[in-house]
Amino acid sequence: MLDNSMKLEFPSKSQNESFARVVVASFAAQLDPTIEELADVKTAVSEAVTNSIIHGYENSLGIVYIECEIKNNKLEIIIEDKGKGIENVNEAMEPLYTSKPELERSGMGFTVMETFMDHLEVYSEEGRGTKIKMVKEFKSVSIKE
Amino acid sequence: MQLHFNVKDENLIVRFTGELDHHTAQEIRNKIDNKYKNDMLKNIILDLKGINFMDSSGIGLIMGRYKTTRANDGSLVLINVNSRMEKILTMSGILKIVKVYRNEDEALHNI
Ligand SMILES: Nc1ncnc2c1ncn2[C@@H]1O[C@H](COP(=O)(O)OP(=O)(O)O)[C@@H](O)[C@H]1O
Ligand SMILES: [Mg+2]
Repeated sequence: MLDNSMKLEFPSKSQNESFARVVVASFAAQLDPTIEELADVKTAVSEAVTNSIIHGYENSLGIVYIECEIKNNKLEIIIEDKGKGIENVNEAMEPLYTSKPELERSGMGFTVMETFMDHLEVYSEEGRGTKIKMVKEFKSVSIKE
Repeated sequence: MQLHFNVKDENLIVRFTGELDHHTAQEIRNKIDNKYKNDMLKNIILDLKGINFMDSSGIGLIMGRYKTTRANDGSLVLINVNSRMEKILTMSGILKIVKVYRNEDEALHNI
């Protein structure tokens, strides 16, 4: 399997949530994922992008950056915003923790990313932004000679 | 995302077609709440059959409608929940308070 990469950036508009997850899923398609694996990636991307839009940039407009890299049977996804950042990452990652209950957020975004991906790292600095790195390993990759 | 409403007695049956994320949830929430209030209904049955994508925004939407119906002495139930949605919903613990039925008949019979 040849290594490959791509970059994507778009304004923090909620219409782009579906755009972003579909693009990343299309990129992942070259790894011959199962439907379940593809749904896992789509859901995790949707969570991270939504977070950048509603929490990172809140009501202002900013740019969401996505970088994907394929190495062997692994897909690494980086999703970044230059928004407000997270004061306490450990607290933010707790299941059911949300800073925006008034928007009917469930506080399950990070838990979903952790469950559906094989690896999750969160870097954040207040006032500077947030960067999420996730890795998905495609277990069923067909062996190509 | 498309919404279809069906009213049977005091029950509002909601069907979706499309993807349930943060973007679509905002509009869906308003439409359901308006219909529920204007028609003075009691219970809500959410039919998840036509949803082909759902992230944690779906949990928020379900939880919100659960609260709306409870505040009105009604209840909220789910039907046609596939294994993918069940996985996300179970994670949040919401299935401990929200009942799931196989189909509309079963829901109407038990609600
Ligand atoms: N990109 C981000 N920028 C700023 N804050 C964030 C970001 N992502 C997550 N957070 C914070 O972490 C909390 C938990 O996120 P999450 O688990 O996705 O739950 P939810 O989005 O439902 O609130 C958010 O409520 C928010 O306070
Ligand atoms: Mg979130």
